[in-house]
Amino acid sequence: MNERTRLFGWILLLVTLAVVPLFLHSARWIDFLEMTLFVAVLGQGWNILAGYGGQYSFGHALFFGTGAYIQALLQVKFGLSPWVAMWFAVSGGALVGAFVGYLSFRYGLRGSYFALITLAFAEAFLVLSRSLKSITEGGQGVQLPLNQDPEQAIATFQFNFAGPFLSEYGFYYTIFIILLLAYGLTAWMERSRFGAQLVAVRENEDAAKALGINAFKVKMGAICLSAGITATCGVYYVQKFLFIEPGIAFGPGKSVEALFAPIIGGLGTVLGPLLGSLFIHGVGEMTKATIGQALGGRPGVDLILFGIILILVLAFLPRGLVGLLEAIWKRLTGGRNA
Amino acid sequence: MLEVCGINKTFGGLKAVTDANLSVSEGKIVSLIGPNGAGKTTLFAVISGFLKSDSGSVIFNGTDITGKPPHWICQQGLVRTFQVVQPFASLTVRENIAVGAHTRIAGRKQALARAADVAKLVDMDGMLEQSAGDLTIAGRKRLELARALATEPKLLLLDEVMAGLNATEIHELLPVIRGIRDSGVTIFLIEHVMQAVMSLSDYTYVLNQGVMIAEGEPKNVTRSPEVIEAYLGHGAAARIAKMAGGNA
Ligand SMILES: Nc1ncnc2c1ncn2[C@@H]1O[C@H](COP(=O)(O)OP(=O)(O)O)[C@@H](O)[C@H]1O
Ligand SMILES: [Mg+2]
Repeated sequence: MNERTRLFGWILLLVTLAVVPLFLHSARWIDFLEMTLFVAVLGQGWNILAGYGGQYSFGHALFFGTGAYIQALLQVKFGLSPWVAMWFAVSGGALVGAFVGYLSFRYGLRGSYFALITLAFAEAFLVLSRSLKSITEGGQGVQLPLNQDPEQAIATFQFNFAGPFLSEYGFYYTIFIILLLAYGLTAWMERSRFGAQLVAVRENEDAAKALGINAFKVKMGAICLSAGITATCGVYYVQKFLFIEPGIAFGPGKSVEALFAPIIGGLGTVLGPLLGSLFIHGVGEMTKATIGQALGGRPGVDLILFGIILILVLAFLPRGLVGLLEAIWKRLTGGRNA
Repeated sequence: MLEVCGINKTFGGLKAVTDANLSVSEGKIVSLIGPNGAGKTTLFAVISGFLKSDSGSVIFNGTDITGKPPHWICQQGLVRTFQVVQPFASLTVRENIAVGAHTRIAGRKQALARAADVAKLVDMDGMLEQSAGDLTIAGRKRLELARALATEPKLLLLDEVMAGLNATEIHELLPVIRGIRDSGVTIFLIEHVMQAVMSLSDYTYVLNQGVMIAEGEPKNVTRSPEVIEAYLGHGAAARIAKMAGGNA
């Protein structure tokens, strides 16, 4: 696929995402799309470090939760504007990323050791957020005061009581803009020296070092960027649900969600996490509507199905859905545009 | 250009390199030979910063680079290749070489363009879009060389770039290496293929069981009894001398 076709495909996809909710006057479907884009951004955060950098984290909830808690607490405890708090939330997430990265990469922890370190930190933050009641309100979580004044909708970054358009689409376009920023950043990275060096470190760290790459510095850059994007998801979550508690913030749920989408969609590609998220949520909805219904609406059926899909993808699509798409495209164009 | 003084390196109890001294002067091709396990690769790893020596120093262009990290040493203009090739397997040949080019060039476009130029130097310009993982051994060895060259080194350390190649491939590679030297890059190489050592190098060091046992012009060094013994076993030099005497 050449650059032109690729660009055209992207424009088509993004324009579709930009206008499609305007035709859906169902809150449920807009919610569905919002969650799809949310996971697509969460997945891109993970993808930068793991897909491009080869550093597989099992604890990305650490950065999501840090972002979410900073966003919530700065508003509730210090009365900061959400628009100010978010800068602290995103840099706080990046800072925690730098801290974990420094500890891991300075001592050359790779592979499963790195995965375990990130998991351990996420668990530690889970415990801390439950026990440090004076700061985090403990297990009951932090609730943001609800704003009911339409005039204050933008100032409070709460769209529930905003005007007709914002209350319906506000959060959809918020996550859409976050997606544009995160994906734009990833696309830029892919075409930069930093991106090339990050991929080189993933492919072979010794060879990268021999060719003049400061592998430590490159990995630190990747984890900060990755954690920052993931923390942005935390900010979004808090503004949308006005609530955060330890399990949602630091539990394994978000860590797993973050890695599902890019693995299924295609590791180390810009499109992968979005494609993966669309697929996962599409399939999830369909199973809930069909098998789930047939079994009497029992939860967990979709999770079992995801497990099976994940195994199938790992076994037959090493390059994920993006790889499949490229193969199909090659077939269709007879390899002319390959 | 390169001064190595009194390098010692042990692995556990094993003395891999003992009190190694050598120097490489600018514009030359210098070789390091010796039997398997002599400690040649270990010495290269110490020079290029991949291993810390127990004692001794490495001076490059008047700068003490002892114990400095490999990426920093590369940025100073000293680059190594690996005996066991280490391609970035899922990248194309061009992207592989561009990684080296990025050491001096920030722009992606410029680095990819430079990669194509460097590929020409090692006759790889026909394979730019091939995946590095699909290359033959000969291709991988050339890629290893090209990537290192793309970092624009002043001194190039080549660890057995001829190993695993057939006679034709070796024959094709010799002028490439000479060309690199003629373009102003000093070369220090480890080689097993004697034909290559004899035809390429201006000066040779011989390492045996971690000890430097001989040095000099290649044709003199390979005649030295100590070197023959190291390669062919104890008493070999005496037997050869005796045979030569008997025949006379
Ligand atoms: N990382 C290592 N750990 C332990 N022993 C090593 C290591 N690297 C090399 N050696 C040993 O050091 C000796 C020299 O090895 P090497 O430098 O690879 O020799 P050469 O390149 O001359 O064939 C060998 O006996 C080898 O087994
Ligand atoms: Mg060796």
